[in-house]
Amino acid sequence: MHALEIRQLTKTYKNGVVALKGIDLTVDEGDFFALLGPNGAGKSTTIGIISSLVNKTGGSVRVYGVDMDTHLEEAKSFIGLVPQEINFSQFETVLDIVVNQAGFYGVKRRLALERAEKYLGKLGLWDKRDHRSRTLSGGMKRRLMIARAMLHEPRLLILDEPTAGVDIELRRSLWDFLREMNAGGTTIILTTHYLEEAESLCRNIAIIDKGVIIEHTTMKRLLAQLNVETFILDLRKPLAALPELDCFAVHRVDETTLSVDISKERSVNELFAQLSARGIEVASMRNKANRLEELFVRLLAENGPSAAAAKAAAGATRP
Amino acid sequence: MRRYGYLIAFVTIFVKEVTRFTRIWLQTILPPAITMTLYFVIFGHLIGPRIGDMGGFRYIQYIAPGLIMMSVITSAYANVVSSFFGAKFQKHIEEMLVAPIPNWVILSGYVCGGVARGVIVGIVVTVVALFFTDLHMHSFWITAAVVLLTSILFSLGGLINGIFARSFDDISIIPTFVLTPLTYLGGVFYSIDLLPGFWQRVSLANPILYMVNAFRYGILGVSDIDVATALFVLAVFSAALFAVCLALLNRGVGIRT
Repeated sequence: MHALEIRQLTKTYKNGVVALKGIDLTVDEGDFFALLGPNGAGKSTTIGIISSLVNKTGGSVRVYGVDMDTHLEEAKSFIGLVPQEINFSQFETVLDIVVNQAGFYGVKRRLALERAEKYLGKLGLWDKRDHRSRTLSGGMKRRLMIARAMLHEPRLLILDEPTAGVDIELRRSLWDFLREMNAGGTTIILTTHYLEEAESLCRNIAIIDKGVIIEHTTMKRLLAQLNVETFILDLRKPLAALPELDCFAVHRVDETTLSVDISKERSVNELFAQLSARGIEVASMRNKANRLEELFVRLLAENGPSAAAAKAAAGATRP
Repeated sequence: MRRYGYLIAFVTIFVKEVTRFTRIWLQTILPPAITMTLYFVIFGHLIGPRIGDMGGFRYIQYIAPGLIMMSVITSAYANVVSSFFGAKFQKHIEEMLVAPIPNWVILSGYVCGGVARGVIVGIVVTVVALFFTDLHMHSFWITAAVVLLTSILFSLGGLINGIFARSFDDISIIPTFVLTPLTYLGGVFYSIDLLPGFWQRVSLANPILYMVNAFRYGILGVSDIDVATALFVLAVFSAALFAVCLALLNRGVGIRT
């Protein structure tokens, strides 16, 4: 069953800006799905329409098979939203914010308090429950929005850049929390500018640019498109001259650092064999860039909206 | 969501509203009490004895119902406009917009919050008035009906202002340029019998005149206009504004892009 099914969704704002140009998108139940795109691509508009904060111009949205045009309230009851911007009252306490949100979803107060303890506890905010929200740090505010979205235990959790501006330690703890929710059956849609985050968490992915979906596939298939990966090698000793290697493009970063392009047809073993034969000892090795990041940049450059539209017409964007 | 769920959502909004204005009681409940104390001292005790009787009552007794009603009107209006616009401004109105609540539940929650503040302020100002003059209840039911309908009407008015407001300046324009003049010209301080015929007829177009006089009838038993007509006008305007508010919320005016 599809947790989310979007057909020919369009949005033109009053100022004439066309944010969505007829996108199709499906997310399966239980999926951990990434919706990526540069700033202004249409991600937040899409999420705004799904969560009914933005009025669509055309098309349809179904949540767990329920049409938002005809059964809006039922469809809304499935969704939990973590928006990009802080959107809770700065004067209310942490506990009031989450319990009130549960109340808006018709959850009885006693059950809401139980869940508040559970989710605020999991996200490390239970001790702060009586604090006014304005006194929380930026990371705590992000966690509060996630806890608030979980209080009615939604089947579909949508997170719009949930880790923006959050330090790496907290980001990883949020990843663990989201993995746990997903393992428990919650379908998750995530937008993020941290592509490492998407690669680490998500099984399926869509990339949107200028209101058009330019890629919609599994993370595995997308990463398989990467023909060449660039690695950075840190050497034990300085090099006097750039070594010439068969079938590998080598660039010198500095006298103890090399950058090597390895195509899909070649193995890392071959590279090391050649380096060893030349007496070059490698101390450590790392990817120059995140793999998804490389693909993302390439796709945006290659698949302008016109190319993507042609591709969509040929039915080539689905896995 | 079942009807019981709607009730939980309504109670949540209502309690949130009441919690909000009671938390800041220094800004919401105390100021009308102080303002009305000044009115009673200046117009009631200092100037009132020189004016003499009006409508068969001492002047301070005559103006007391109008002053109470003035507090009810401004409090109900201010509560909803500031709360709704504040929710828009801080974006936490989205908490309700994403939830499976029909707009009539959101509307009812905000209006009942405004009514609660109007009634509480009305009671506080009445207690203040009792320090300055005797007030006897001529008809409890008419008094209660007028207070409730007036609070509902101005809560709805405040919501419409909140829907269209784009800045904090916008939420003070209507109270300053419309509400205050209409209240002062609505027979709070005088009987329209004192006005020339033309201005009497003009006054009849002021909706606040009906509220003040109907309330005065409930307390003192005297009124410049027919009480049944006043209650009917109030009920019709309340129903009409409820329909307008609901239509605006359903269209997402000011709250959805």
